[in-house]
Amino acid sequence: MSTNAFHTPPPNGEGEMRAPMDFQSRRMRLNSAWRYAVNHAVTGLAVLSTLLVVAPLVAILIYLVYMGSSSLNLAFFTKIPAPVGETGGGMANAILGSGIVLGLCSVMGIPVGIAAGVYLAEFGRGKALASAIRFTADVLNGVPSIVMGIAIYSLIVMRQQHFSAFAGGVALAIMMVPTITRTTEEMLATVPHAIREAALGLGVPKWRTVLSVSLKTASPGIITGCMLAFARVAGETAPLLFTAFGNQFWSFRLNEPIAALPLQIYVYAMSPYDEWHRLAWAGSLVLIVMIMVAVTLVRIYASRGVLKGAS
Amino acid sequence: MGVGINVEHLNAWYGTTHTLQDINLNIPANHATALIGPSGCGKSTFVRCLNRMHETNPIARATGVVKMGDIDIYKDASPVTIRRRVGMVFQRPNPFPTMSIYDNVASGLKLNGFRNKAILDETVERSLKASALWEEVKDDLKKKSGASLSGGQQQRMCIARALAVDPEVLLMDEPASALDPVSTSKIEDLIFQLKSQYTIVIVTHNMQQAARVAENTGFFLNGKMVEFDSTDRIFTNPKDKRTEDYITGRFG
Repeated sequence: MSTNAFHTPPPNGEGEMRAPMDFQSRRMRLNSAWRYAVNHAVTGLAVLSTLLVVAPLVAILIYLVYMGSSSLNLAFFTKIPAPVGETGGGMANAILGSGIVLGLCSVMGIPVGIAAGVYLAEFGRGKALASAIRFTADVLNGVPSIVMGIAIYSLIVMRQQHFSAFAGGVALAIMMVPTITRTTEEMLATVPHAIREAALGLGVPKWRTVLSVSLKTASPGIITGCMLAFARVAGETAPLLFTAFGNQFWSFRLNEPIAALPLQIYVYAMSPYDEWHRLAWAGSLVLIVMIMVAVTLVRIYASRGVLKGAS
Repeated sequence: MGVGINVEHLNAWYGTTHTLQDINLNIPANHATALIGPSGCGKSTFVRCLNRMHETNPIARATGVVKMGDIDIYKDASPVTIRRRVGMVFQRPNPFPTMSIYDNVASGLKLNGFRNKAILDETVERSLKASALWEEVKDDLKKKSGASLSGGQQQRMCIARALAVDPEVLLMDEPASALDPVSTSKIEDLIFQLKSQYTIVIVTHNMQQAARVAENTGFFLNGKMVEFDSTDRIFTNPKDKRTEDYITGRFG
């Protein structure tokens, strides 16, 4: 028998010469059958888990289309709600209102969230202030949305003596910030230090390195974080109950109560009228489609100009 | 054209570790100077002190005088202005992954706010030719990401990127240690050509490489510079016993 590195006996001479592995032995065959079975079982479990995650989503979508699409017509997108007792009417003001409130909260929440994440990842390493911010963000993330609504109610609505689109935007913006901050921080942490050094080594100032190199490299992940935060607050009802309040009529001003799809759905779904129930289904469908369209558009916009071989 | 570098009583620390101890050294202009020594001896820290990259680490600290021409880089200038005059090439190629080949090479100018397209075009071409990469990439300049090139090409692109800002000094921290022999020899040829125009300081673990490209060689050990002399002398007739032990492979 040849003595290669794997079969050399121990130098002290006490060990026996081991036989080379017999791949046809009964034990090996059993072993490989066992591994084969385990491999397939684990793969099966992974597939099953994926299905479990996706199934409710698909079921909800199908059910929404089934229940909601029959009430979708031109009036739904162009008319304001009809008074009680009359048929017809739509949710045009709520669609617009949702757009305004979401635009407002994105404009306020996304820059603040990203800026805080940049501070945590690029400037605050090891500083006490950074730990405090990180902790606050994590706690804020766990605050129930109704509490956020009440907080903004007492901070803004009580002081101004009226509900407003602005107050709704602030409530949603505060809900967005922690998610965006933590994702931004984590995504920036994945940018290799060598790339920052490359920029600094070229005489690029730190602020420019952060903007044009770190943030740019991390941008796909940061955009995903912003989209997740956006999609989450787009469906929030509780923080709007005490802030944007809702409105049965058109409203374009930021300092007036404004309609929003989740609020309208909430009101209609709670009502005793079948007609309103159907409109609530349609509103839910429109809300989900709006979120999906917004997320998809941002993704398409963000992926333009990605180069061949870019990682 | 390059400038000479004059280092006097340079000390550097990482936290409480005294990584460089009283280094005194004259690096002549327009020559290649190699720094050799076992891992952890302080050669990388030394080159990082020459463009003030050392201090980007929050726990790092340096004292002493480093003169580049007439300028004391720790007193008379900001880190940013110094780094524009001193190019650096790192151990592993570090292209900007989101940028095209063109943008990678132009990044030093573009990120500093330079926008003139004609001059950018010309600089990119000149730098890529100087780093012997032009012929291989000229058709994909704006189409391909810098990260899509092979390791050796990436490293030559990083050299082009450093050259594009027209530095006087080129610091190379083991520029070929992550590359295959063919790419390594290309990089060495390149250093050989570049040293007539730039002051080159190259850290290397490969003693043959030091012998091939550098006129002068310094031997570092445990944070001190043991010996600095012409490369010939260091490799044939070193004065210090420790240098001799190292180059004959008795330790390290």
